[in-house]
Amino acid sequence: MSLLEFARGPALEIALGAFAFGVAWRLLSLLALPWSRDRSVARPAAPSALAAAAGGFVRRMWPARPFRRSDLWVTLNGHVYHIGLAIVVFGLAQHIQFIKGLFGLQWPNLPTGLVSLVSVITLASLTVALARRVVSPVLRLISTANDYFSWLVTALPVATGLLAQSHLGARYETLLAWHLLSVALLLAWFPYGKLMHAFLVFLTRGETAILYRRRGVQS
Amino acid sequence: MNDRDGIADLLARRGVSRRALLKYATYLATVMALPPLAARAIAQGLAKARRQSVIWLSFQECTGCTESLTRSFNPTLEDLIFDMISLDYHETLQAVSGAAAEAARLAAMRENRGKYVVVVDGSVATKDGGVYSTNAGKTNLEVLKETAEHALAVISVGTCAAFGGLPHAHPNPTGAVPVSQIITDKPVINISGCPPIAEAMAGTIAYLITFGKLPDLDHLSRPKSIFGDSIHDRCYRRPFYDKGMFAKSFDDEGARKGWCLYEVGCKGPVTYNACATLKWNGGVSFPIQSGHGCLGCSEPDFWDNGGFYRPLSSSTSHPGAVVGGAVVAGIAVGGLGALLARQRRERAVRDLEAKEQERRS
Ligand code: HEM
Ligand code: SF4
Repeated sequence: MSLLEFARGPALEIALGAFAFGVAWRLLSLLALPWSRDRSVARPAAPSALAAAAGGFVRRMWPARPFRRSDLWVTLNGHVYHIGLAIVVFGLAQHIQFIKGLFGLQWPNLPTGLVSLVSVITLASLTVALARRVVSPVLRLISTANDYFSWLVTALPVATGLLAQSHLGARYETLLAWHLLSVALLLAWFPYGKLMHAFLVFLTRGETAILYRRRGVQS
Repeated sequence: MNDRDGIADLLARRGVSRRALLKYATYLATVMALPPLAARAIAQGLAKARRQSVIWLSFQECTGCTESLTRSFNPTLEDLIFDMISLDYHETLQAVSGAAAEAARLAAMRENRGKYVVVVDGSVATKDGGVYSTNAGKTNLEVLKETAEHALAVISVGTCAAFGGLPHAHPNPTGAVPVSQIITDKPVINISGCPPIAEAMAGTIAYLITFGKLPDLDHLSRPKSIFGDSIHDRCYRRPFYDKGMFAKSFDDEGARKGWCLYEVGCKGPVTYNACATLKWNGGVSFPIQSGHGCLGCSEPDFWDNGGFYRPLSSSTSHPGAVVGGAVVAGIAVGGLGALLARQRRERAVRDLEAKEQERRS
C-alpha cells in the first residue's frame, strides 16, 4: 500500500472515526450534566435566554470600546484566519468533492486562484497569531502544549495544501499524501484539544451572555 | 530471417534507406528524451547491431498489449521494431505451435545464452503452485524462472506484468504477482499501461540495443523518458483545472466546453505516462482528449483505487459505518459519564442533607 493509498483510505477513516467519537463524547458529556438553575430574579428588561445568547455572541465578535486600542488588530487577525480557513475548506472544488463523497452535499466552488490567495493570507495570519503568542509575556505564560499543538495541526493542512497545489518539494502523490495525513491529524486531534472551541464557543459565550443580561448588564 | 544478419543488411534488403533509418532513430531519440545527437548514435547502433533475440512470454493477460504494439497507425514503426529484433518466440504471433514452438524457445535460449531479452505480458499466477495459468503443460511461474535465468534483461510490458494489473485486483483469486516479484536477480524494466503506448516499447528496446544498457528508470522501474511526467502536468485541459472550472457530468456545459475532468474521476494528477504528449494511434488523440478522464492505468493497483468515476479527492473507503459507530460510541460514553456525574452529585447532596440533619438533631 502506497503512502497515498494509506492516507486516502485507512488514515482518513480512522481520523474521521476519532473525530466523530470525540465530538459526540465531549458534547454529550457536557450537555447531559445537571444544569444548575439561576435562582436570581431576572431584571425586568432581560431578554429571553435565546436572544441574550445570540446577541451576546455577535456582540463579542468585536472588542468593546475600552479594549479597542489594545485588541483591535488581534481580533481582526483572528477573523482573517477563521474566515480564510472556512473559504479554503469549503470553497475549493477538490474539498467540496471530498465532502460530497462523505455526505452527498455539493455546492458551487470558488476559482482555485482565489482559494490559493486566501490560503497564503490565512497562513500568514496564523503565523502572526503564533508570533503574538510567543512574544506576549502574558500569553506565553498561559499557553500550554495544547495551544501550540492545536496551532500546528491547523497550519499544517494549509501549508501542505499549498505545496500540493503548487507541486513544490516532492512528487505530487507524495505531497497529496502529506496533505491528507495532515488533515487526518487535524481531525483526530480536533475534539480532544483546544480546537473543540469551534463547537464549545457557542455554549460558553451564550452562557456568559445569558448570565449577564439576566443581571442587567446592557450588552 | 537469420539471427546473424546485421540490421543494416536486413533493412537494405527490404528497401529501407539509411535516411529512413535516421528519421526513425530521431523519432525514437525524441521518445526516449535523448539529445538530438543521440539519433545518429541510435541509427549507427541499430545499423551495426545484430538483431536482438527476444523471447516473448504471455501469461495472465488479455493480448491487449500485443494488440497495441501490432495495430498502431504507424506501421513502419512496428515493422522496424520487428525488423530490429529477432522475435524468436511469441505465442500469439509465431507461426509454429505446440512442441515446435517450445523447441524454438529453448533453442533461442541456448544460442543466445546471457544475451537474449525476455519480454513478458501478463501477471504470474502463484497460488497453489501457479496451476491457474499454464502453457504446454508448464505453469507460467516455471516458464518464467526457466526463461529468465540466462536472460540479459526482462521487460515487463503492460500493467499486469509490471504491477499485477487486473488479475492482481482484489480478491486476486490466482495469487497473481508482477514479474519483478519473481525475478529479483536481473534488471526488470516496467513499461506499464493498459495497454502501454507502442512507442514506449519500441523506444525502450531501441535504447537497450544501441546503448547496451538500461535507460534511466523511476522508482517503479519505468523509463523516466516516458513516465517522467504525470498526465496532469502535460494535459491540455490543465488551465481549466488551475482555474477551478470542472465538468460535473459527461454531457453538461463544462464537458462540451472541454473543461477539466477531475470531478468525473480523472486520475491524471497521480498517473505517470506519456499519453498527453505522444498520444495514441499515431498521435490522433488520447482518453482525456476524447472526453473521458484518465483511469490511471499505468499505476499500481489502479483497479482498486476507489472507482474510476469518483473524484480523486473523495475518500477511497466508505467511512459511513465507522463514523456512525463512532458517534454512537461517543454518545454512549458521554452519556455514561454525565450519568455518573449526576449520581455523584445526588449522592453528595444526600450526604450533605444527612449531615445537616445530624447537626440539627
Ligand atoms: C485547514 C485547511 C485544509 C483542510 C482541512 C483540507 C482538507 C482536505 C481534504 C479533506 C482533502 C481531500 C482528501 C482526499 O483526497 O481524500 C483535500 C484535498 C485537497 N486539498 Fe486541502 N485542505 C486544507 C487546505 C488546503 C489548501 C490551503 C490548499 C491549497 C490551496 C489545499 C489543496 C488541496 C488540493 C489541491 C486537494 C485535492 C488534491 C487531489 O485530490 O487532487 N488544501 N484537502
Ligand atoms: S483532465 Fe485530468 S489530467 Fe487533465 S487537467 Fe483535469 S485532472 Fe488534470
